[in-house]
Amino acid sequence: MAKKEGASKQFLDALEFRGIKRRDFLKFCGATAALIGLSELHAPKIAAALEKAAKRQPVVWLNFASDTGCTEAFIKATYPSAADVILDILSVDYNETIMAAAGKQAEEILNKSKSAGGYILIVEGGIPTKKGHGMIGNREMLDVFKDFAGPAVAVLAIGSCATTGGVPAAKPNPSQIIGMSEALKRVGVTKPLINLDLCPVNPQYLVGVVVNFLLLGKLPDLDNVGRPKMFYGQTIHDNCERRAHFDAGRFVEKFGSQEEALNYCLYKMGCKGPMTYSACPKIQYNDRASWCIKAGGPCIGCAEPGWTDKFAGFYERLPGVTIPGIGGVEKGADTIGAVAAAATVAGIAVHAVATAASDRTKEKKGGEK
Amino acid sequence: MARITIDPFTRIEGHLRIDVEVEGGKVKDAWTTGTLFRGFEIILQGRDPRDAWHITQRICGVCPTSHGHASSMSMDDAFKIKLPDNGRILRNIIEGAQFVHSHILWFYHLNALDYVDVVSALKAQPKEASLKKVQQKLKSFVESGQLGPFANAYWGHPAYKLPPDVNLLAVAHYLEALEMQAKAAQVSAMFGGRMPMTMTSPPGGVTHVPTVDDLKNYLFRVKELQDWIDSVFIPDVLAIAPFYLDWAGVGKGFGNFLSWGVFEDASFDPKKRLLPRGAIFASDFPKVHEAKPEDVTEDTTHGWYKDAKPLNPSVGETQPEYTGYDQNKKYTWAKAPRLQNKPMEVGALARMLVAYASGQPTAKKLIDSTLTAIGHSGQPQVLLGVIGRIAGRALECKMVADAMFQWGLDIVENIKKGNTAVYTEYTIPDKARGIGLWEAPRGALGHWIDVEGKKIKNYQCVVPTTWNVCPRDGKGVRGPIEEALVGTAVANPEKPLEVLRVVHSFDPCLACTVHVIHPESNRIMNFKVC
Repeated sequence: MAKKEGASKQFLDALEFRGIKRRDFLKFCGATAALIGLSELHAPKIAAALEKAAKRQPVVWLNFASDTGCTEAFIKATYPSAADVILDILSVDYNETIMAAAGKQAEEILNKSKSAGGYILIVEGGIPTKKGHGMIGNREMLDVFKDFAGPAVAVLAIGSCATTGGVPAAKPNPSQIIGMSEALKRVGVTKPLINLDLCPVNPQYLVGVVVNFLLLGKLPDLDNVGRPKMFYGQTIHDNCERRAHFDAGRFVEKFGSQEEALNYCLYKMGCKGPMTYSACPKIQYNDRASWCIKAGGPCIGCAEPGWTDKFAGFYERLPGVTIPGIGGVEKGADTIGAVAAAATVAGIAVHAVATAASDRTKEKKGGEK
Repeated sequence: MARITIDPFTRIEGHLRIDVEVEGGKVKDAWTTGTLFRGFEIILQGRDPRDAWHITQRICGVCPTSHGHASSMSMDDAFKIKLPDNGRILRNIIEGAQFVHSHILWFYHLNALDYVDVVSALKAQPKEASLKKVQQKLKSFVESGQLGPFANAYWGHPAYKLPPDVNLLAVAHYLEALEMQAKAAQVSAMFGGRMPMTMTSPPGGVTHVPTVDDLKNYLFRVKELQDWIDSVFIPDVLAIAPFYLDWAGVGKGFGNFLSWGVFEDASFDPKKRLLPRGAIFASDFPKVHEAKPEDVTEDTTHGWYKDAKPLNPSVGETQPEYTGYDQNKKYTWAKAPRLQNKPMEVGALARMLVAYASGQPTAKKLIDSTLTAIGHSGQPQVLLGVIGRIAGRALECKMVADAMFQWGLDIVENIKKGNTAVYTEYTIPDKARGIGLWEAPRGALGHWIDVEGKKIKNYQCVVPTTWNVCPRDGKGVRGPIEEALVGTAVANPEKPLEVLRVVHSFDPCLACTVHVIHPESNRIMNFKVC
């Protein structure tokens, strides 16, 4: 093909064959700029950076103790789609779910990546530390992780399992599964680590972090548990589309009710939005088809480390939230938010809140009647 | 004799190892192995039962909705809840969209690269502008030297039979299908909140009453999926099939099929589900046998468990004992489930054949017209094997998408009549047991729950891929995938493409298979079949 006709034209042609017009591409770049906290004026700059990159950033994607839900989430990304990411933005050199090669040939790719280094290591799933509970090619997963963490430029832990072990690490954590922050410590490797908590990861968070890295050459600012502030800076309650009903004291008390049809607040149905830090209401899921609370599902708090235990009794009310009366001004939920934030800093206190939450669930009834 | 070990086995869900022995260019024997544990049953003990449908969705990120629904159904059963009609239909819709998504993804992204030579597409001479662009794109991608997921595959292998133009068309549709599987998932998300891991199907029904706008939007989206399945997916299967007719009959297996049934009928009779419950033995098609959970046993002879008599899951023992890989003794964590002591194939082909033999009119029409088209009118047994599994999934995808449109209209009709109920309230009794028997896209799925003191006392799942990927039993009878592999011709043991085809045709999902068994639990599983 006419090789030096300009990378830019070639790139846009490539987009166009999938029905993506230049205008849409710039729209994506605008959305990405907004995602990573830049002015939309940066959109052309992002477009240029992506177009001009001589070599796509290599990625090695390893699955440990996961259910592949995050890969599934990733391939459903839109603006940019999984195809955009795979063909134009990144070089996804190893991902067992989508790669054509198998067996020996797959192994060769992995070894080549390891020697070349310089890849972003995306990890899906936690690592079982009980002997024999998680083996790849007859080796313990922790040893495999050590091999591949070393040559990586950064480790991106996607989904709750990779950050802190997730659902399979819930009590009593039968396989003693650990997240990547702990895994890095155990193997003695120092590497920048980004935690994208959520179960499964929101693919737009993943793309946002990657574009941020490609464009600015640095990783985003992180909160105290290693999550990018741009996605985990506010609670779901802060931005919830049903928030006005909370403030006005209008609550759903039964699923499928008139109140539910009117999109009243789900707090009394067990919603964990007041204690959960994530941009779910803004970014939503599946090309903004919906998100949990919009569809009438109370938040189960899956963006918080340890959510399976911390919020056990998903349909029970969070304790300690002052419920506003009609016309009342809500204070309690923000207090809870503040408590949660402070508690996270303190570490141990969060456990106290969580314990209070689960103790409370033992005597309460909630959605059941 | 050449021995081939494929590990990691890619384009499936989870970690799978396949071993085959090849003699005289053919597979003489085969062994399937799975390796990872997460212990969900243990984690569920002592929890609020209503949390189980969220937690068990995390058993498998590929078919979470099926696990969630089987879990909620086990509680609907245990707590004696009668679902409102709209609740039933909305669960069918959320599940149906997952089936459509899963079958598109499987055909184009997990399976097609065994038949479509991506590199050969560069030699095509397309006339259509859109195909020229795809080819140009592919060329620049290859020239970049960064082949990403297409690197180091078996391109150029003699078993690839498609001409360059068909390869190019398939590559174009591979990309288009990436978009369509995402769109199908958006339909699950519309009513489920997000996909994977939907949020709105707890015991009792669903949480949200759809608005007129939701339903209009839904019908529009389903129509788009139907059009694409009819104009791209089914024609692609028909375009590719003639080049692989020599594969008819390869990977047959036992001809035993099991379906618990999926997509609930208004009568709540499992034999009247869109894809009904039933079993077929030894390819004896006119006969559909009753499929009863009490006829299930699990054999541990070749799994890493202490030897015990084959037992029903309701009373089975799980006493793990890892003894290393020894193909003559123990070589996998999977147990060997059997129905009436027979290994059973599960999945779309099993469901379609049970539906066909049960006289389900849509399945009958679809399969009969397919059989006529390939010159085997009235001979469903030709569908046994790799090609039949591919056809079965494509036909089921169409059948489900068409049914989804009708389900949308059914809700509109209910709402017109003033029936907006989607959820039934209930009380959790102190003690209760229940079973949810359902189907994931990959096959028969069962959840058993035992509640005591309003908490989960015990929980167990028997999942699709365990049926397919299981090892030999005590009588030395192979598992379905092992059996299907025997006799498969392998041209080049260094590049065992044919083995990939046979295994992929089952759409294995290993997360389900081995993650639900706890390796150190020595407890007796004391479920009773209700």
